Amino acid sequence: MYKIAIMGDRDSIYGFAALGIATYPVSTKEEATKTLKHLAEGSYAVIYTTEALYSEILDEIEFYKSSLIPAIIPLPGVSGNNGIGIANVRKSVERAVGSDIIFNNEN
Amino acid sequence: MAKTHVNPTRMELTKLKKKLVTATRGHKLLKDKRDELMRQFLDLVRENKELREKVEDGIRAANKNFVLARAGMSNEVLNVALMAPKQEVFLQVDSKNVMSVDIPVFDYHTKTPDANDIYSYGFAFTSSDLDDSVKALHDIFPDMLKLAECEKACQLMAAEIEKTRRRVNALEHVMIPELRENIKYIVMKLDENERSTQIRLMKVKDMMLEQAHHYKERQESV
Repeated sequence: MYKIAIMGDRDSIYGFAALGIATYPVSTKEEATKTLKHLAEGSYAVIYTTEALYSEILDEIEFYKSSLIPAIIPLPGVSGNNGIGIANVRKSVERAVGSDIIFNNEN
Repeated sequence: MAKTHVNPTRMELTKLKKKLVTATRGHKLLKDKRDELMRQFLDLVRENKELREKVEDGIRAANKNFVLARAGMSNEVLNVALMAPKQEVFLQVDSKNVMSVDIPVFDYHTKTPDANDIYSYGFAFTSSDLDDSVKALHDIFPDMLKLAECEKACQLMAAEIEKTRRRVNALEHVMIPELRENIKYIVMKLDENERSTQIRLMKVKDMMLEQAHHYKERQESV
């Protein structure tokens, strides 16, 4: 049986605790790397992170990209949306198709 | 001219022809796989995009309420309110095979069936903005999970499509032309050998006939 975790700055994530998602407040990159490793090796199938944190630990996340679980998903935090989530979708389109054919008519 | 050295023998020719047949069939199959993967991927990625927009909007709305809630309550009260969550979420992870790509299927169930268990606090000392934000998060949660599923599937499929595309291209533009070239080279070489053997035999026959019947000498004496 797997669980769901969310990590990021405390203000962005503490509300998720009410839903029954495990919250892991982290503030530094080192802490985040360590927590991510711990979560990924534990019984967490989905790990949400704030977008700000996501862009900081890209290298570590890359490591889990090809495995079925955990799915590491960026979400916007309180500080707002920096667009990395949608950029990720765009990147996977580019990777598969060779050029971006889903978003190119939008900007 | 063949790029790699091949022995112009019949055995090599048979081997190469077999290889060509396999390569052509593999190419066709991989191409079909790529096309089907691509079709499914595009559907999935559109869904992914929609889900992401929806989830991001939902979280933005929830965060707005959270900011309000924090403004209206002291930090301690807020911490205490969310300190001991009543609800817990468990995930069942299955995998679905789509064109040989394993994509995850998440199925969640909560510890208690009561939808009101997301409020882990008494309502007396907390602001109603907190209730709203928790509710907003709760409403967006199924979509968040679907987003996780969808986004992971997209990543995995993108990797597989890239791999398949490379394979198709390698077969189409390198392997198959090279095999064809080599086969052509061997066929030419064998034909050439055969012709030279034929000519040699004709020459030898001429020489033997000459030896037996001395045509030239007779012609001279006539």
